[in-house]
Amino acid sequence: MRPPLPRLGHPSMKRLLFVLSLAVTAVAHAEIVEQTLDNGMRVIVKTDRRAPVAVSQVWYRAGSMDESYGTTGVAHVLEHMMFKGTHDVPAGEFSRRIAAAGGRENAFTSRDHTAYFQTLQKDRLELALKLEADRMANLNLSADEFSKEIQVVMEERRLRTEDSAQGRLYEGLMASAFQAHPYRHPVIGWMDDLKNMSVDDARAWYQRWYTPNNATLVVAGDVDPTQVFTWARQYFGPLAAHALPLRKPQHEPEQNGERQVTVKAPAKQPVVALAWQAPTLTDPEKDSDPYALEILAGVLDGHASARLNQSLVREKRLATETSAGYDPVARGPVLFMVDATPAEGHTVAEVEAALKQEIARIVKDGVDDKELARVKAQVLSSQVYQQDSLFYQAMLIGEWTTAGLDYRARDIRFRKLKEVTAEQVRAVAAKYLVDSKLTVAQLDPQPLDSNKPAQRGFGGRHAN
Amino acid sequence: MRIERLFCILAALLLTAQAQAGLDIQNWTTPQGARVYFVENHELPMLDISVDFDAGSARDSREKSGLASLTRHVMALGAGHYEERDIAEKMADVGANLGGRLDADRAGFQVRTLSGKAERDQSMDLLAAILSAPRFDASVLEREKARVIAGLQEAETRPEYIGAKAFQAAIYGDHPYALNEGGEQETVAKLGRDDLVAFHRDYYRAHNMAIAVMGDISRADAEILAEKLTSGLPPGAAPAAIPPVTAKRQGMQQVIPHPATQSHLFMGLPGLKREDPDYFPLYVGNYVLGGGGFDSRLTKAIRDKKGLAYSVYSYFMPMRELGPYQIGLQTRREATNDAVESARVELERYLKEGPSDAELTQAKNNLVGGFPMRIDSNKKILEYLSMIGFYRLPLDWLDTYTPQVEAVSHDDILRAFRARVSPAAMSTVIVGGQTDGQGK
Repeated sequence: MRPPLPRLGHPSMKRLLFVLSLAVTAVAHAEIVEQTLDNGMRVIVKTDRRAPVAVSQVWYRAGSMDESYGTTGVAHVLEHMMFKGTHDVPAGEFSRRIAAAGGRENAFTSRDHTAYFQTLQKDRLELALKLEADRMANLNLSADEFSKEIQVVMEERRLRTEDSAQGRLYEGLMASAFQAHPYRHPVIGWMDDLKNMSVDDARAWYQRWYTPNNATLVVAGDVDPTQVFTWARQYFGPLAAHALPLRKPQHEPEQNGERQVTVKAPAKQPVVALAWQAPTLTDPEKDSDPYALEILAGVLDGHASARLNQSLVREKRLATETSAGYDPVARGPVLFMVDATPAEGHTVAEVEAALKQEIARIVKDGVDDKELARVKAQVLSSQVYQQDSLFYQAMLIGEWTTAGLDYRARDIRFRKLKEVTAEQVRAVAAKYLVDSKLTVAQLDPQPLDSNKPAQRGFGGRHAN
Repeated sequence: MRIERLFCILAALLLTAQAQAGLDIQNWTTPQGARVYFVENHELPMLDISVDFDAGSARDSREKSGLASLTRHVMALGAGHYEERDIAEKMADVGANLGGRLDADRAGFQVRTLSGKAERDQSMDLLAAILSAPRFDASVLEREKARVIAGLQEAETRPEYIGAKAFQAAIYGDHPYALNEGGEQETVAKLGRDDLVAFHRDYYRAHNMAIAVMGDISRADAEILAEKLTSGLPPGAAPAAIPPVTAKRQGMQQVIPHPATQSHLFMGLPGLKREDPDYFPLYVGNYVLGGGGFDSRLTKAIRDKKGLAYSVYSYFMPMRELGPYQIGLQTRREATNDAVESARVELERYLKEGPSDAELTQAKNNLVGGFPMRIDSNKKILEYLSMIGFYRLPLDWLDTYTPQVEAVSHDDILRAFRARVSPAAMSTVIVGGQTDGQGK
């Protein structure tokens, strides 16, 4: 169901393959072509003729990181409102027309962007482009529709965060690991901000960010690029651009000292999550640390016999679950994370110590060549596997583009991942995974007392 | 057949609504008795394999609930001459991914591998060992039992799990579909190595199995592969079929207290079999009521008009025997009664009127027009091969999908819904429950 928030509310970090497969295209024969319209909108087309299907995605470079205190969550609320009608296309009609064409559609909001997508038979693509262009400029934003939809969003927050111990833990972790950068706010927004949000807030957001010069159209599938560019000029071309507000960097200061946060929520088992400040990929050719950190995440958690699971779950039996994750493709600062669920009879402190010990072991002894080769084999195969999904191929282009990276650099990235040495992996562990850059979040499980309502509006607001 | 050609044919099929050729599914039986379903496609240098056994949780007894799931899970943790650690390492060495699944009907494994001979041979050797020679090492078993129990303990704090479990018990009574797929803390604690060995011997047989193969491999090599996967399996015939579900005349109502800010609703009854004469009327009909996302009446009434839920839906889950029909939503606690009542009103109105002409047209347009997206990747095609194979559906199931959807009439839907979805027979579970004004 729309709208998912793919990066929200779940600290499980099984994203390695996803992250690594961003490397891409070693075996991709598909052709990518791009044009920029006169109003500044970018149009990127990737042909893939395996099936008579087309994917359309419109990416706006506006996510929760562009929000301010008091109106957190507005990017996502506006995403909901984008289905609530324009002058020519009444509320609900966008979805109805796409569905009538056999299409599937949805949208998602993240910290970095908001994206809208449709998957259709290839000869229905024009409909999607026409409708997307219309709502880029002509959204109604009625107070009546807003008053209902904001309730829906609050239900979504209850489902994903208020009533989810893991969701609350993650929210608490982010609010602590980031102090200056707006990544500290949850994508869905704080409940209090949602309660106090007005249709004017949504309108201001729309007027500020929904302009063709802040958007990228990505089309993938069995399409003729020339035809796609013609449609793009026809439908998006006439839309007027306006200047974007100045984006201040809001750099997160370097962390000097470990932080700790405890989140109490109804649950049975505790969870401990460790997050270190880590580098964002900014120059795919010159950067090297982000690639080494990706390989490190693979060494720790690339498969069931990788270090964390093998050591903490299988051998020491201290934990029932572990994971590690790192995604350097982002507009803002990123974290390298590991987490674990203590096994019965073991404490958070023991498990935290064991996680740190695994890191220390790598810093001291490095990784062996077999481990390294294994992670690289997974990188290579994920390059092939990701081509099975048209949607995912379009998604990669959109994510890279909105992160300010050239999607063509993904070839470089693949080469750079293959070049990572064992010594580089050891060195980045030593450089970044240090206590002074660490935030530790723990879930302190509380019994379910059915007579008492759960704490309200709790949501991890204990930025230490 | 190359997939491009295949899709040309499918596109033509959509226009003419004549079911002739579709997905070119090759089908044979291995000497050991396993059924194989194969689509050859060389566009990407990769191969997807799914093996499914009639060894799901419906094969559990109440006393040993969780045995099917634990057996499947521990099979992949040490087999033949492969230590536990070797399996994941050797899969990763060739970039292969091993997955598994279990529901009430099916237990199985999936492997996605590069299709080069070296990668394919190594990943398939591992899979063959997992299927035919699991070690069920006692120490591994004890550890995994503890992990499963920990997972169950955690799950039992969550309203969606608590509700789904109570709903399943309410609608299935004594039928094995009532059993929780992962088992219960107490029953899992008592399972021993002998139980797993016996379960494997009785159910992981070639005659009880369907193999789906999709991708970059020749027919000759696919035959060799299928034989390799089945040659070491325990001998013997397929076990007897699971019993039919007997429908209840009267549903049960249950409210389970929980401190969550939202109430969770589960309402329904045993509804539909995988092979069922009413499959298409119910499937198309449910699109209009609660299956069609933003086209559905439940979403329009409860989400769009009233703002009471983020997610509200209904679905039929077709199974070997009658799988569940369920209506569900989550809403803030003070709105519980309003939301549940709205869902009931929509259902009753639908049972009275059926879909409007416009709704029925919309449902068909979406299902027919969306057909190409059902088979636009190797992964999706593999899923259909697995389903067709496991449930022994006709090989042209996909070819006839579109015309069958087209053929459904308003009266078919009304008749089928009235026959299958009796409000009096529906059970309702609400986790949380109505509060007044405090659940902000």
